[in-house]
Amino acid sequence: MSLDEQLLGLGEQLRAEGVAIGTSELLDAFEALREIDWRERSGFQQALSATLAKSPEDRRVFDLVFERFFFRAVESAALEAGIDEAAAGGHDGGAAGRQIDLEELRAQIAQALADGDEARMADLARLALAAIGRPGDGSNVVGIDVQRIRRALGLRSDPQPDYEPGDPRREGLPREALRRFEAILRRELERAQIQRTMALPPSRPLGELDRALPSGPAADLAAVHRVVAQLRRRLATSGVERRGARRHDHVDIRRTMRASLQTGGVPVVVKYRPRRPRRPEIYVLCDVSTSVTSASVFFLSVLHALHDSFRRMRSFVFIERISEVTEVFERRRDFKTISEAISSDAGVADVSGYTDYGRVWSEFRVLVEDDLDPRATVIVLGDARTNGRDPRAEIFATVAARAGRTFWLNPEPRLYWNYGDSVIDAYAPYCTVFECWTTRQLEDFVRALSGATSR
Amino acid sequence: MIAAMAALPQSVDDVAAGLRAAGYLPGGPTALVAYLATRLDKPVLVEGPAGVGKTELAKAMATYLGRELVRLQCYEGLDEAKALYEWNYRKQLLRIQAEADGAGWAEVQDDIFGEEFLLARPLLAAISAKAPVVLLIDEIDKTDQEFEAMLLELLSDFQITIPELGRIAASSQPVVLLTSNNSRELTEALKRRCLYLWLDYPTLEHELAIVRLHAPALPETVARKLVELVAMVRELDLKKPPSIAESIDWARALLLLGRSDIDAATFNETMSVIVKHRTDIELVAERVGLALQ
Repeated sequence: MSLDEQLLGLGEQLRAEGVAIGTSELLDAFEALREIDWRERSGFQQALSATLAKSPEDRRVFDLVFERFFFRAVESAALEAGIDEAAAGGHDGGAAGRQIDLEELRAQIAQALADGDEARMADLARLALAAIGRPGDGSNVVGIDVQRIRRALGLRSDPQPDYEPGDPRREGLPREALRRFEAILRRELERAQIQRTMALPPSRPLGELDRALPSGPAADLAAVHRVVAQLRRRLATSGVERRGARRHDHVDIRRTMRASLQTGGVPVVVKYRPRRPRRPEIYVLCDVSTSVTSASVFFLSVLHALHDSFRRMRSFVFIERISEVTEVFERRRDFKTISEAISSDAGVADVSGYTDYGRVWSEFRVLVEDDLDPRATVIVLGDARTNGRDPRAEIFATVAARAGRTFWLNPEPRLYWNYGDSVIDAYAPYCTVFECWTTRQLEDFVRALSGATSR
Repeated sequence: MIAAMAALPQSVDDVAAGLRAAGYLPGGPTALVAYLATRLDKPVLVEGPAGVGKTELAKAMATYLGRELVRLQCYEGLDEAKALYEWNYRKQLLRIQAEADGAGWAEVQDDIFGEEFLLARPLLAAISAKAPVVLLIDEIDKTDQEFEAMLLELLSDFQITIPELGRIAASSQPVVLLTSNNSRELTEALKRRCLYLWLDYPTLEHELAIVRLHAPALPETVARKLVELVAMVRELDLKKPPSIAESIDWARALLLLGRSDIDAATFNETMSVIVKHRTDIELVAERVGLALQ
């Protein structure tokens, strides 16, 4: 395959991973390559990424795809040409490898890791494979083999005080270097596997998990905000519920006629019908209990974004009981102050810290009973973990029946639903349940939400 | 001047050397992207955290290419009257009054919408300059999307359309740099027209070189310790992590104070140079202070 075709192939794969690449980007990439000496890998990669991947997020995907794509391209070319490194003589380490002093090898690798010397790491990785990773006793699962070899080499990031001073392992090896070394090992193992089986392994899309919503206790707020900012822009440009879109008033004929009597029957002053107070159309309930700590930061910021886009919206947070936070969102613009306000003075009545869905439903029903109508949309953000309490699905059913549409966003992967105290199935008959733990799923939901409200 | 105009860089290494001579140490792909920008005549979108030298890069490019730097600082509410052009209406009024009688309406109208009555703002100034310039559009993410859309014509075709006058094409090809702190997502249309450069905090060695360049009198051991401390501080979860500029400030402050080592006391005294939030200061004092003892 020529370089052009390879580049187009790379573009294809990037598109498949969701990077927006147009023809103009590809043309730019070719232009850029014409200008530089691209026989060197780093320049080649940099020129491509400058023209193809134009956000930090895209850049990360690009690096992964680039690595994968060209590794496969090289290997398939080698297969076609029938080049076998083992046969070429570089690999008689199979025999020599047994004589390699394992202790010496370990020390050398540790040193290379500490120095961050990439080229040396690559050489040593091959030696290590020859010494430890003999074909045959591998598990044939690359990920497992990598860990096996790493353990056999005694490479650890935590300090190992047994070693004498001056040895890099005594202080623990730098995590970043370890990760790189593992990547090199993985590449070498894959290469060996390809040579054994004479075929390329199937190409997998990047794991969904790679791009899962940031979770973990100290959720990366900035990352959440990036996702939500995109969401907000999409909402703003999708033409749904535009602010002021239906601003025009209706003329009140009766009052206009009466006013016209003063001017001899000529309607000089036009009277309008009083504008009805806006009725909230969206009700959002957000679980902020500990079982969804990581997700609730995210949910709160989604709430924040939704508030900007949908004027008619009331929001509630709940743990054991429910409290309305619409005002908090309206008063403050900054997300940080909002989340602080909610956690401190919005008065989330929280005695035990355990969610009580049954109670929440009955309180919610009391709060909004009069306002709920078929034009209303109710969105619940929660994991449906009741801590063993009664789900009271019948109350939820009455709420759902009064509202036009009811959605449930569950931050847990579908795999965990209905395990343990999760009772999502009790509610599922009355609402549309969305699995929502990656940005893409969130976007799907927003599409579903805004698609049907645009009437 | 003519010589400088003609001298477009011939290779990536040229650019790297030139930027270095201008007091800017390019790291990673910086030199390559800067080189591509001059060769492909495409604007460069530079993104990254605050204080990693995005604006400095533009200044260094101007110095290196021997061009004037035209800078447009963006802010919310910036409109074309302040960015592109404005009609000098005082002068127009004077013109009308000066020949109130005699001249027909058509003549005057033609007259007062001539280039003579145009006030060039940075963007128009940049493309109508005789000698090519470096145009820096700083913090583009601070403007509204409408303004971004307005830029598109300029960025892709290097021309500006003025309704009363017609199209003004660039008389010289500027090198355009746009910077963004990523506080909002830029539109795809804008990104598509640009090369992209992501500047991150530099590696230890790179930052050491930068600090040494700007504070050469500081002993290397101290500089290294300083850079390591700054890296450590950046690891913490701060409101505002220290930027490169602040490392340099700190180095200079140490020089002024005549300190030859950074011990816990010195650190506590001078920490406010790099950390500028009260809560941050407490956190840093606790974590880094401990490490120093």
